[in-house]
Amino acid sequence: MVDNHETILRLDDVTKVYSGIVAVKHATLELKKGAVNVLVGENGAGKSTLMRMIAGVEKPSLGRILLDGQEVEFHSPADAQKHGIGMVFQELNLFGNLSVAENIFATREITRGLRGIDHKAQVERANHFLDKLDAGISAETMVEDLPIGQQQLVEIAKAISLDTRILILDEPTSALSAAEVDILFKVIGELKAQGVAIVYISHRLEELMRIGDYITVLRDGQITGQAMVKDIDTKWIVRSMIGSDAKDFSKSVDHKLGAEAFRAEDICLPRKTGGLAVDHLSISVRAGEVLGIYGLMGAGRSEFFECVIGAHAHSTGKIFVAGEEIVAKDTSTRIKKGLALIPEDRQREGLVQVLSIAANLTLASLEKFVKLGFHISGDREQSAIKEAIGNLSIKAPNPDFDVTSMSGGNQQKVVIGKALMTNPKVLLMDEPSRGIDVGAKADVFRTMRRLAGEGLAILFSTSDLEEVMALSDRVAVMSNGKITTILDRSEATEERIVKAASEGHKSAGNKFLEETAP
Amino acid sequence: MTTATATGKAPAADSGSILLTLMKARTFIALFAVIVFFSIFAPNFLSTANIILMSKHVALNAFLAMGMTFVIITGGIDLSVGSIVGLCGMVAGGLILHGIDLQIGYTMYFNVLEVCLITLAVGVVIGAVNGLLITKLNVAPFIATLGTLYVARGFALLSSDGQTFPNLVGKEELATTGFGFLGSGRVIGLPVSIWILIVVALAAAYLAKYTPIGRQIFAVGGNERAARMSGIRVDRVKMFVYMFSGFCAAIVGIVISSELMASHPATGNSFELNAIAAAVLGGTSMSGGRGTIGGTIIGAFVIGILSDGLVMMGVSSFWQMVIKGIVIIVAVVVDQAQRRLQQQVTLMQLAKKG
Repeated sequence: MVDNHETILRLDDVTKVYSGIVAVKHATLELKKGAVNVLVGENGAGKSTLMRMIAGVEKPSLGRILLDGQEVEFHSPADAQKHGIGMVFQELNLFGNLSVAENIFATREITRGLRGIDHKAQVERANHFLDKLDAGISAETMVEDLPIGQQQLVEIAKAISLDTRILILDEPTSALSAAEVDILFKVIGELKAQGVAIVYISHRLEELMRIGDYITVLRDGQITGQAMVKDIDTKWIVRSMIGSDAKDFSKSVDHKLGAEAFRAEDICLPRKTGGLAVDHLSISVRAGEVLGIYGLMGAGRSEFFECVIGAHAHSTGKIFVAGEEIVAKDTSTRIKKGLALIPEDRQREGLVQVLSIAANLTLASLEKFVKLGFHISGDREQSAIKEAIGNLSIKAPNPDFDVTSMSGGNQQKVVIGKALMTNPKVLLMDEPSRGIDVGAKADVFRTMRRLAGEGLAILFSTSDLEEVMALSDRVAVMSNGKITTILDRSEATEERIVKAASEGHKSAGNKFLEETAP
Repeated sequence: MTTATATGKAPAADSGSILLTLMKARTFIALFAVIVFFSIFAPNFLSTANIILMSKHVALNAFLAMGMTFVIITGGIDLSVGSIVGLCGMVAGGLILHGIDLQIGYTMYFNVLEVCLITLAVGVVIGAVNGLLITKLNVAPFIATLGTLYVARGFALLSSDGQTFPNLVGKEELATTGFGFLGSGRVIGLPVSIWILIVVALAAAYLAKYTPIGRQIFAVGGNERAARMSGIRVDRVKMFVYMFSGFCAAIVGIVISSELMASHPATGNSFELNAIAAAVLGGTSMSGGRGTIGGTIIGAFVIGILSDGLVMMGVSSFWQMVIKGIVIIVAVVVDQAQRRLQQQVTLMQLAKKG
């Protein structure tokens, strides 16, 4: 193998911004001709965004794309295809109601003038590509009749048939068997020999080591490592992916826990599809205590929080704040009684995108600033906004700017600020660290600790083990709508938490055995 | 295109922000343009008499457009305002002319102030019906108000069997005189209807900016789910905007019957479309969350001046429709372009910050 492959495409200092999120930050990447260029990184590191820019799906916000040393601009995937760039997307883009051959030749059908599409020629050509992949698929089959793995092969055959100079494969092996992977690798080897530049994205490290020539590692939208695959090992990859610096959890300051601040009794929420999303859940939290609720996707954490805040009119059960039962079912009254929720989905439930940072912050607590019963006092509102921005270290250049002009982390701080402005006694935080960068996470965690120190009862949910272990005074584990276990910080171990998280899904008989076992 | 990018990024960004400012001021520019155009091409356009006449025309649409603005900001639409105008006109006319027959050989008559209050209440009640349909029964605003459009118009026609209530002078002995003051009276040189418009517009603008309900109207339109989660009583906010819209329509019904000294049941036909046009022209976004009272008033003036000016120039009414349509479409196209540009500018700033 030759080390000095020619560069065919160069991403020069590109940045891609979506509203509120910088997906790729000043990345420079060279793709080599006749080699497999491997790209790795955690979910959300920016791999796919990077590739979508090359394939013409997205345009970089800043920076240039150089193809053969010439600056190019792709306005659409078709545009990129004209330049010889093909991509197999992670999600399959096939028409289930068309045959394999029709799928492979979609948009560039082989025609015979006025007599229309030459189906016979298409099938013949398609079979040729499928044979190359040893797919064992007839080109006349309907795509929807194929299992998912074979569909993936069709997608790959389609990309190969494009006769591209650059072929991007985004997780091509996720649905393939070991034998199919071997064949795919053989084909990749052939393409490589023909001088095609291959970009290969995968989470399977052993695959990358086997097939890759050049490797690029991404973390938080930045390129953190670039090397020849033969010079490195999997340890190097992991190190570059995760980073040596551990997450910054602020250490808990020991403070006295107060009296019980929040109690939920027998909360039930029926699921639309039958059964209970929240299943007779009872829990109690003391003032100044941080309770972490750990659970897998669909364990019912968000639903529980929504029941507490009054978003589900048909939920049952009792809720007490500082010993007083809250009978009212509506969100407004519950907020007034000292409950506050930071929703999981910031964009859909947390923010009003068209309003300014300032208006979002005070949205839930407007009556605090009202004079004469109807007039919002500008001074009082302004000073409260300034205070919140300072307290939460929100990086807002101007509070009157649109809330979407800030990064995800700062948007999250605005949602937290909005909740705090209602002077809650109990704060419910649903996945407070989701989709925000490392620095903002640390800020959010620090804020949680500070608030607990000030005597707030905090319930937060997370699917991050490390987070729940480090932040909570007590850990509650939810599974299938029930709390399966509550552990003190001292007795919480990762094994016990993980075990409890899947407990609710076992059949009743099994669970009985588990519970009676010592 | 290529040369522009080659000359560097700083000037491009500058011209972008200048363009953005121009686009933001587009309603003003449009107003300025129609005024200049017609003062050159339409004789007597700038005479005091004409200006006052035009403002009276504009005022009618402006009332409806203000109510419509709040409704549209919450993400809804109110198609019933034209019919409410018609029905409220009939209510006012009927009360003055015939009073309420109590069926016991005695008829109750009201003075003008009472008539106005009752009429306004009718408008608010129809608005409340709209609101209840939309919030409690989950009917889409378009359909709910389309329904009340027909119902209200039907009742207006039924009230007089399709006839006009003529000559609303009232009778001295019943104390029902003085209805004409609202339509043709003047205070310090300005027609009374203009004074009412100024008062209602200031109140609405104040409401939008300095009261919790105003802020909540924007929040509900911007993201209803988030508004609900923040403890805003979304249903109450929606009830309010439809009731306010009905209130505004009732004012128009009263003013028109007072100007004509007669109520006709077909009054206000298709007024709702002019009101929507004025709101949109003034920068109100049909997808909710954006809009200002000031912009809407200017939008109403642009549309009003345009149609009156074209009449004065002797342009055929068929062409007037074409021109009005084009103006509305251009306004929305520019609005979309501005939003895209603004988004780009903010994204660029964010990208540079890194």
